[in-house]
Amino acid sequence: MAIRMIAIEDMKTGEITEAVYEHPLVVRLCHWLNAISLFVMVGSGFQIFRAFPSFGAKIPQKDLLNWPKAFALGGWLGGALQWHLTFMWIYIATGLVYVGYQVFSGNYKQVLFVRRDLPGAWPMVRHYFFFGPKPPVRESYNPLQKHAYTSTIALGVLSVLTGLAVWKPVQFSWLAWMMGGFHWARLWHFLIMWAMLAFVFGHLVMVVLHGWNNFVSMFTGWKKDPEYPSE
Amino acid sequence: MKPRTDSRQFKTISRRELLKLTPVVLGAFAIPRLQKPLLKAGLGFSDWASARLFRSGHLAPTFADSDLTPFANFPINDYDVDDPGVDFEKWTLTVAGSVQRPGDYTLAQIRALPKVTQNTRHVCVEGWDVIGRFGGVRLSDFLKTIGAAPTARFVTVECADDYYESLDMATAMHPQSLLCYEMYDEPLTREHGAPLRLSIPTKIGYKQAKYLTDLKVSHVLPKVGYWEDQGYSEFYGL
Repeated sequence: MAIRMIAIEDMKTGEITEAVYEHPLVVRLCHWLNAISLFVMVGSGFQIFRAFPSFGAKIPQKDLLNWPKAFALGGWLGGALQWHLTFMWIYIATGLVYVGYQVFSGNYKQVLFVRRDLPGAWPMVRHYFFFGPKPPVRESYNPLQKHAYTSTIALGVLSVLTGLAVWKPVQFSWLAWMMGGFHWARLWHFLIMWAMLAFVFGHLVMVVLHGWNNFVSMFTGWKKDPEYPSE
Repeated sequence: MKPRTDSRQFKTISRRELLKLTPVVLGAFAIPRLQKPLLKAGLGFSDWASARLFRSGHLAPTFADSDLTPFANFPINDYDVDDPGVDFEKWTLTVAGSVQRPGDYTLAQIRALPKVTQNTRHVCVEGWDVIGRFGGVRLSDFLKTIGAAPTARFVTVECADDYYESLDMATAMHPQSLLCYEMYDEPLTREHGAPLRLSIPTKIGYKQAKYLTDLKVSHVLPKVGYWEDQGYSEFYGL
């Protein structure tokens, strides 16, 4: 894919910096809408979980953990359900728009993890986690990043499917059956949320490490001083 | 390749900086005055979608006797008292509304209809669920008996403990929707809603009203249900 590169001339100092257009408007909008809806879904999800913090029987009830109210959204079960049942539509809609846009614009090529990214993944793991040498930067996204962004889309799809199975275990009884029954669907829904939170944690660490220009690019679309060459 | 200098694009960047305001604008959801209508619309849309997802011919899963939750472990949930002190001798179900044959129906009259027994899942809005054995008559058979108007949209019930509930007509007519007088092949105990309760396997737990005293067929809903009127989903189909 052709990389759109421009040079920016500072009006006062005449200093020239390069910039590259990394994130199309649709992607940025979806990113922030998704960030908000994910925040609401997780927060209200915890409040819903507080009503029955277990995956076993009701009688006798063995609580898994007592999640603090301060880290929950909605105030009470009914309120949390209102948040959850409202923002799930925003969450689903942004997911559909994002994936649809990526597919039809061809923009997915810069971020979809494919077979040829496989050899580059391990050197990145070594670099990030075991102080290995930094592999040469050739694209906007390195193989490990592609892996993260691709698998988080899969997690998003699974979070919706498991949620559907918990919300509609009769109309989507086949979904609940595929997940091993209603109890398992509820547990999967919970576990997938934690996997998603693990992604968010790693994502935020990377945002901090990669600095301001990278962060701003998710607002403006343009990244100043990209690491990779213009050709 | 030497990148070209493009001052027009530079201005675009500044304008794009305005997009930084996007999360601030969306953060407005947090303002209570905007939040209430938003959540009302969201819950309303979910209920609308739920009604569309409901299929009259689709049966809720049924289970083998070996899957049943032991009767002793079937939770007793009330909003008020376990036993509202129903006088079984005098009890009748008072039928009113858009029906051809209103009046008081005795338990014997109701039991005279064909009996259905089914092992179905009871899902509580809190997140737990149990599998119980429920016996009774089809609500649809009873609605035929009382001559419910074919155009009516809702069935509402009132309970001895002042609890109240409502069902959309499609759900009321579902073949698994029961006026239930037995659990685990025994007459209902007082805590489980004797002498008559609802068992609607396509609905969430709070729709399974106990200790029924009144049943009304109607075209409008002045109130929906005890929990619904406090902000829970009105349709909550499973």
